[in-house]
Amino acid sequence: MITLTINNHPHALDVPPDMPVLWVLRDVLGYTGTKYGCGIGQCGACTVHLDGQAVRSCQLPAGTVGDSRITTIEAAAGIPAAARLQKAWLDHEVVQCGYCQPGQIMQAASLLTETPQPTDAQIDAAMSGNICRCGTYVRIRAAIHDAASA
Amino acid sequence: MSAMPPDTTPPCASAKTSPDAVTIVPHHAPARRDVLRAGLLAGGGLLLGFTLPLGRMRPARADLSADTFVPPSAFIRITPDAITLIMPDTEFGQGIWTSASMQIAEELHVRLDQVRLEPAPPDARLYAPDGAEQATGGSYSTIGDWGRLREAGARARTMLIQAAAKRWGVDPASCQAEAGVVHHAASGRSAAYGALAEDAGRLPVPAHVTLKQPSEWTLIGRRQPRLDTPAKVAGTATFGIDVAVPGMKVGTVAASPVRGGSLLGIDEAAARAVPGVRDVVRLPDAVAIIGDHFWAARQGLQAAKPRWDDGPNAGADTATILAALGEASARPGAIARNDNDAPAKITAAHTRVDATYVLPFLSHAPMEPINTTLHVRPDGADLWVGTQVPVRAQAAVARAAGLRPDQVRVHNQLMGGAFGRRLDVDSIEQAAAIAKHLAYPVKLVWTREEDITHDLFRPAYHDLLSAGLDEHGRITGWQHKTTGSSVTARWDPSDMKGELDPDAVEAAAKTPYDLPAVHVSYVRCEPQGVPTAWWRGVGPTHNVFVVESFMDECAAAAGQDPVAFRRTMLQRNPRALAVLDLAAAKSGWGSKLPKGHGRGVSLQYAFSSFLAHVLEVEVTSGGDIRLHRATVAIDCGQRVNPDTVTAQIEGGLIFGLSTALYSTITHAHGRVEQSNFDSYRMMRIGEAPRIEVFQVESSENPGGVGETGTAASAAALGNAIFAATGKRLRTLPFGLGAMQSA
Repeated sequence: MITLTINNHPHALDVPPDMPVLWVLRDVLGYTGTKYGCGIGQCGACTVHLDGQAVRSCQLPAGTVGDSRITTIEAAAGIPAAARLQKAWLDHEVVQCGYCQPGQIMQAASLLTETPQPTDAQIDAAMSGNICRCGTYVRIRAAIHDAASA
Repeated sequence: MSAMPPDTTPPCASAKTSPDAVTIVPHHAPARRDVLRAGLLAGGGLLLGFTLPLGRMRPARADLSADTFVPPSAFIRITPDAITLIMPDTEFGQGIWTSASMQIAEELHVRLDQVRLEPAPPDARLYAPDGAEQATGGSYSTIGDWGRLREAGARARTMLIQAAAKRWGVDPASCQAEAGVVHHAASGRSAAYGALAEDAGRLPVPAHVTLKQPSEWTLIGRRQPRLDTPAKVAGTATFGIDVAVPGMKVGTVAASPVRGGSLLGIDEAAARAVPGVRDVVRLPDAVAIIGDHFWAARQGLQAAKPRWDDGPNAGADTATILAALGEASARPGAIARNDNDAPAKITAAHTRVDATYVLPFLSHAPMEPINTTLHVRPDGADLWVGTQVPVRAQAAVARAAGLRPDQVRVHNQLMGGAFGRRLDVDSIEQAAAIAKHLAYPVKLVWTREEDITHDLFRPAYHDLLSAGLDEHGRITGWQHKTTGSSVTARWDPSDMKGELDPDAVEAAAKTPYDLPAVHVSYVRCEPQGVPTAWWRGVGPTHNVFVVESFMDECAAAAGQDPVAFRRTMLQRNPRALAVLDLAAAKSGWGSKLPKGHGRGVSLQYAFSSFLAHVLEVEVTSGGDIRLHRATVAIDCGQRVNPDTVTAQIEGGLIFGLSTALYSTITHAHGRVEQSNFDSYRMMRIGEAPRIEVFQVESSENPGGVGETGTAASAAALGNAIFAATGKRLRTLPFGLGAMQSA
């Protein structure tokens, strides 16, 4: 048995220790807001927070999490920076297909928590691991600035 | 239609010259039965704006359910507690569910926060625009919806007002409808649509309705927030890959790495030894492992170590395929346009310009990998999938599972990108062939590696261009021959014009320019072992690159400024001239740039819209290409949701620029050499240029938008690189060492 604390709730799970948290979230617990995009840490669609830091859940074996807290997009509204980002995302009409956006928002929330007023270069550096195939990058940048100044 | 390329297609060498305030309820499709019945009963009456006289043919009251259309319409269902709009187009990021809702709501007189949205079931008689196929693609949704959706709204509103007037014994003209309520001002009475719907459904459908004048619009042409985004931002939107149904298990698939190969064997015991693995299903060319979750299935597939017979395409490789395209391009092509003997004009010209352009195979790689959820039973099936072609998806399941199409219920889902990939149903047919062996619902998810290596690719093309210039630098003749696979011949052979694939010459046979002599032709050449498919921007993505790059070469040969050179050929095309002038002015065309920078221009008429693009790039001393600023002017006729127009151009440009810089699918020993985002690279946020989009006010009918930006990308990029460096790049992609070797 592995116990994971997800969105402040403990879950006792009968899963293999090498199973990535991504699949525990999606296929065992039904937290499908966290997305599968590549499985190799190249796209960022699976981004969640581990103790407040953005991590790729496809590269995070369940057995290595221990007592650390996992937060997913479903609980993002409880993170002040993420809540501001979600509002900015709507104000700027960032979203197209939307599949990558939970990962984008979780990554950006981690950035704003550490760097409340990021420059364009800091945004680009922090967000470069998150692919948006619809090409919403221009609006993502604008929305992050907006959330930072909110 | 065949999901896969017909086996009879000759290889190239032997081929002849032929060729949430809003509730979105994607799981819910209860309307299907009623829609089907209405369609069957209504017959020719369908043409009246697709509003169906179901009311007069309704069964006894006891048969009524909450799902019944009241008043009847293929696009609108009003029940006592909900106003539901049925979306004829599928949503994969282009914003069409909002734009379609705006068109209906404008005439129905409801607010967008009052409606629920639901995907249309497969029924081409009701939902195919203009009698074509029920497919979302080709930037056609708004073009096809304009008229039919507003009429549907107006008919329903008219019937609701008539029902209220009849109930109150007043003249309908004395009643008004607003925000889903009919009012009679003189008596102070009012009734909500939901309370009137049943009465309205018993009234005859009006034969004619008068649509609002543009000056009366309150929604169309004004920025509206997208209806699908709150759930997407909250992480609660359900995409196909998120579907969960009771008793469902999760599987993953490996198909033969070489097209046409077959499964020789697997280590089934090893696969079944993986904890959580439940079933193994073999197909002639694939194996599926089913488990409690994706991780078990994927681990099981790795343990299974499938062995393959590579089959007849084991030798397919890119160099051979591209060489075959080049050889085939020497053959005479099917004529798309032949005005005034262009070859002779070129031969006689003062100056002659010739060039060859080569375009690679491309993968779609939408962020949501291919997936299908199916429950196949002896007497029917349920399909949960995001598809651009619900009728084909239904037929594919029926075919593979041995059912009739009407036994297959389609629950269409939001898509995490499509870009043409979900216009094909190969993966759905494969899923049905697997699921029919299973007694429970199964979600089959392809790995990203399977998604890219088993994509159906955008064709590679080999284009020959020639032009003649007179002593003043004016074009006297223009000749363009394109050679490549025909997507049309596989996907919808009825659209072929004899040997000519209209898609292969779209935006080549007809350009914005007034040219004195034009010859455009097409040579069909099918690559061995590489099926080809629609890809964002279709023909124009290919041809705007070629035509606009070569137009730049002609301007250079004439010693003229690229914008000025184009302007001389646009005097009879004022809409094209206007967007070119607007983009040039807004971009600061002609103003000085830093060393190493250059601007490139591209102009197009595609998807019934006019678009000009100026891109400023920098080429560093090390050969890196940096994108600084994109300026776009578009005239797409009447706009429905202007911000969606801008968003689609921004995204389309980045999609196209990413592709022009990095994307190529290559084959070696029959196998695709790219498999994930490490080897099939995507533009990242730091590489994206600033983008400004300027929209021309227009009252012309709407043109398409979703693919225009992608089509406009590569030529402006190549032309900007030329302006910056003097080097002309004619082979895509540009960014993989092309500058160093140019």
